[in-house]
Amino acid sequence: MNTLPLKIREELDGYFTQNRLSEEKKRDILNTVKILYAKSSYDPEEPVGVVTAQSLSEPATQMTMRTYHFAGTAGIQVTLGLPRMLEIFDARREPRTPTMTVYMKKDHQNIEDVRKIASSLREVKAKDVILSTTTDLTEVQIRCKLDTKKLASLGMDPQKVSKCVRLRNTETLVEGDELIVRPKKVDLKNLHKLKYSLLESHVKGIRGISQVVVTKEEGEWIITTLGSNLKKVFEIEGVDYTRIVSNNIFEVLNVLGTEAARNVIIKQAKYTLEEQGLGVDVRYIMLLADLMTVEGHIRAIGRYGLSGQKASVLVRASFEETKKHLTSAAIRGEKDDLRGTVENIMMNQVAPIGTGAFTLVRRLPGLAGKKEWREKPRRTAKPKKPKKTKKPAKIKKTRKPKKTRERKAKKPRKKKK
Amino acid sequence: MKKKKTLKKPVKKVKKRPVKKLTKRPKRLTKRPTRKPIKKPKVVRRVRRKPGARKPKPIKHEARRPEIRVVERRISGKTDVYFNGRVACEIKNPADFVENLRKKRRMGLISHQMNIVYYPDFNEVRVNTTHGRTRRPLIIVDNGKPKLTDKILKKLNKGEINWSYLIQHGIVEYLDAEEEEDTYIALKPEDLTREHTHLEIDPITILGTSAALIPYPEYNRGDRINYGAKMVGQAIGLMASNFPMRADTKFNILSYPQAPLVRTNISDILDEYPEGQNIVVAIMCHDGYNLNDAIVINKSSIERGLFRSVYFRTYETIKKKYWGGQEDEIRVPEPGVKGYLGEEAYVDIGDDGIINPETRVVSDSVLIGKISPLRFLSAEDFAADIENRRETSVTVRYGEEGIVDDVLISETVDSDQLIKVKIRDQRILEIGDKLASRHGQKGVISLLVPHEDMPFTVEGVVPDLIFNPHAIPSRMTIGQLLELLAGKMGAMSGKSIDASAFNHIREDEIRKVMKSMGLRGDGKQVLYDGKKGMQYEVMIFTGLAYYMKLDHMVSDKIHARSRGPVTLLTKQPTEGRAKRGGLRLGEMEQQCLVGHGAVLALKERFDSDKTMVPICTKCGLVAIRDIAKNRSYCGVCKDSEVVWVETSYAFKLTLDELKSMGIYPKLGTEEV
Repeated sequence: MNTLPLKIREELDGYFTQNRLSEEKKRDILNTVKILYAKSSYDPEEPVGVVTAQSLSEPATQMTMRTYHFAGTAGIQVTLGLPRMLEIFDARREPRTPTMTVYMKKDHQNIEDVRKIASSLREVKAKDVILSTTTDLTEVQIRCKLDTKKLASLGMDPQKVSKCVRLRNTETLVEGDELIVRPKKVDLKNLHKLKYSLLESHVKGIRGISQVVVTKEEGEWIITTLGSNLKKVFEIEGVDYTRIVSNNIFEVLNVLGTEAARNVIIKQAKYTLEEQGLGVDVRYIMLLADLMTVEGHIRAIGRYGLSGQKASVLVRASFEETKKHLTSAAIRGEKDDLRGTVENIMMNQVAPIGTGAFTLVRRLPGLAGKKEWREKPRRTAKPKKPKKTKKPAKIKKTRKPKKTRERKAKKPRKKKK
Repeated sequence: MKKKKTLKKPVKKVKKRPVKKLTKRPKRLTKRPTRKPIKKPKVVRRVRRKPGARKPKPIKHEARRPEIRVVERRISGKTDVYFNGRVACEIKNPADFVENLRKKRRMGLISHQMNIVYYPDFNEVRVNTTHGRTRRPLIIVDNGKPKLTDKILKKLNKGEINWSYLIQHGIVEYLDAEEEEDTYIALKPEDLTREHTHLEIDPITILGTSAALIPYPEYNRGDRINYGAKMVGQAIGLMASNFPMRADTKFNILSYPQAPLVRTNISDILDEYPEGQNIVVAIMCHDGYNLNDAIVINKSSIERGLFRSVYFRTYETIKKKYWGGQEDEIRVPEPGVKGYLGEEAYVDIGDDGIINPETRVVSDSVLIGKISPLRFLSAEDFAADIENRRETSVTVRYGEEGIVDDVLISETVDSDQLIKVKIRDQRILEIGDKLASRHGQKGVISLLVPHEDMPFTVEGVVPDLIFNPHAIPSRMTIGQLLELLAGKMGAMSGKSIDASAFNHIREDEIRKVMKSMGLRGDGKQVLYDGKKGMQYEVMIFTGLAYYMKLDHMVSDKIHARSRGPVTLLTKQPTEGRAKRGGLRLGEMEQQCLVGHGAVLALKERFDSDKTMVPICTKCGLVAIRDIAKNRSYCGVCKDSEVVWVETSYAFKLTLDELKSMGIYPKLGTEEV
């Protein structure tokens, strides 16, 4: 049973205890599961990376051709389809539509509480409570008429607003239901700019959350938000902070850590593909997510990430920015161990994967007793190490022995995207 | 005063004090052009921009509010006039100006080639008289009545007046793309209203020549017309009636062309240049051989000459004179000339070095024997009688053959001798050739069925072509079905049928005629299986359609290679059929093999440029092989050990290129 992964083991145990089976039957089931598990695993030396690349890029090409949107459905419009896939795998800092799914604690499962929490999440900007603005050129000031009714419903008054919209080098006055913002220096030119920054200033709620939708899923109240701010939402009373989900990978990385970010990548990629009706095995996405996060931070797949950081000079040079990689390798005196696939294909050698990963050795009957019988592997002139060093004029003799940094080749090698 | 007035207008709605914005943006205009506007357009943001002007900012939150709107305009209230793209002057009343100029043009006071347009949004008048504007004629409409009256039409028919009369008298005028923006054109006289400014001469003028050849176009989806028009252009027909005299580089002539049975109004003009044949079509499946746009053809029809065509290609050469008194020679090259092709290569060419008409030639046959001087000779060289001639004969291209049709000897403008040899090759329809109807329904022939195995009707009629019904639903080419029906009616009644766009015989009339001839109105027929002789369970839709043979024939494309030429630089196989190239195992194919772990197979595929390279074990560079002394040594280290390593030549080349970049690629070797 140790050959099986933990999750399957647990599932089987649960099944066994539930159904009270005979020992014989248990053994049968266990054996079948073991066989099936062994069958579904990859053989040693199978090029998983290439298969992953193919399994993901084929549906991705399909996606460019048909990306459907659900216009008009209740909820929040999220970036989907290929743009979203690019966002995930290019490791963009800020997704185009960051969203959160906020779950409630058990004691906050009534609609009033949820609504209250939802409205406290939503960011209120000055423009939301200002009815109209007037740029007064003669007095050099901006007059804003405030929506007192709305303010009252938010539990605020003009005075509070004026405290919120404090802008640099300005003074803010309240005159009845009007807000007057006046720059300290007379500056006609920037008055217009000032108006924009005034309208955009934060008044209430959580920064960045522009839209909140309350829905009921599987008998549970859920708040979906447009805009994401995990840290702030954690602080809110009643929110189940153990289950809250954000689609902003970098935010999750910063707040919850690498492992959580990896899970977000997997979930988001899977969701995006499935939403388009494309079925890709999770394990491919998992492999990709693993590669993106192994180093503790998030690496993009592409020139500035994974593909640009491969161990082999030749592989990097064959992908993009050939000259950059070659010259930098020459300056550093890098050494290529030729352990990967691409390098060997370039040199027309047998690459050490698949059928090329092994050498066949057979003791010939006639040679059996002979002394000093040496194994002759079938690869003839394999590992050559091209060492790249900038030619130091003609002082050949003084060149020190190779002292190149030997980088460990990463196990699963992802092909260029 | 005036300025204030205009400013107020939009303000009224806003009920707010306007604030003047001090920016320069394209101005808007108060007055609209002469044409009566259909409705007074609501003044909502419509800032169009001048080409090249800065992009307008996206609508900000603030703009959505009923608040302040800034209206900018030119202070002078004048309009710029551009003449051929340059500012010419300013005017006060653009609408009147434009109308005036148009009036004068129609009166014949200004050249009819002048076009004028007024853009109220940019506040610009543009006058154009340059060449290169595409213009089209339209009938001028005044107060909802076309200027081309019945009276004038009668005169025109009698021949009393002509086209230029119509233009000179302001009945018809040519509009360019810009002036067209300022018009309201009716397609048909019935559609005319008071607001119309022009009338289309005929609805069909919205179609081009190729598109106008398509019957029942309005029953097809738009893109099919597009494809159809494109394929009409690729059809092999009779491109010129003087083709035997012509020496174009390459052209095809259909051997037995026919005028279409189902015609359009421009067919009369183009009947001299037909591009297809009327054939009997049955819409049914045939053992899966017409799956996915494949076409099944009656083999016997081909034997009777269906879609037979002749392919002509002209080869030419110039007997050039070079500096220093040397010149090309047109004659049979003798052994010893550099690049001599061997005695048997020149057997077909005559004593004058040129092949005779009606000689059968194949790929690489010499058509014109030619010798060119190799390089300029110095006096000593000349005295030493160095062989300085190279074989430069004209040979038949790879993959082509035929019969010499014509030989033409002439002179160029530089009074050099010019020789042209025209080759003709009969192309009989075969599997892999491309056929198309006029409705964007193309297909490749996949099977030739002998007459006796084809489905047949009670009367013994056998279709020439079997078309797959699955090609219809998704493409919705109803026009094709109508053409089949109309073609059938035409064939049965001995009449050609008009199927011009928007104006043709109606479907129910066709049905009526068909019924009156004792046929079914829906074009369906009982058919019998050609192999079993049994009646098909369903009736089959049959009819006549005009089909075209397209200029994509297998014999021009078929290509395979096992061994062949390689490129000099990389020692890899050449590319392309004309160079007998290989078929590239590309990057994705390579990854596919890798994905299967078939690395040894992959290596074998990439062995096309494999080489053994001597490598110096000391310096790691490519060593030298001295064949004469039969030894290899390193050019740098002299007396170091050299080992032989197998790589691709391309990699060796990469190493050389790295060296040229100043990078030292050191190969470490290791025995295995």
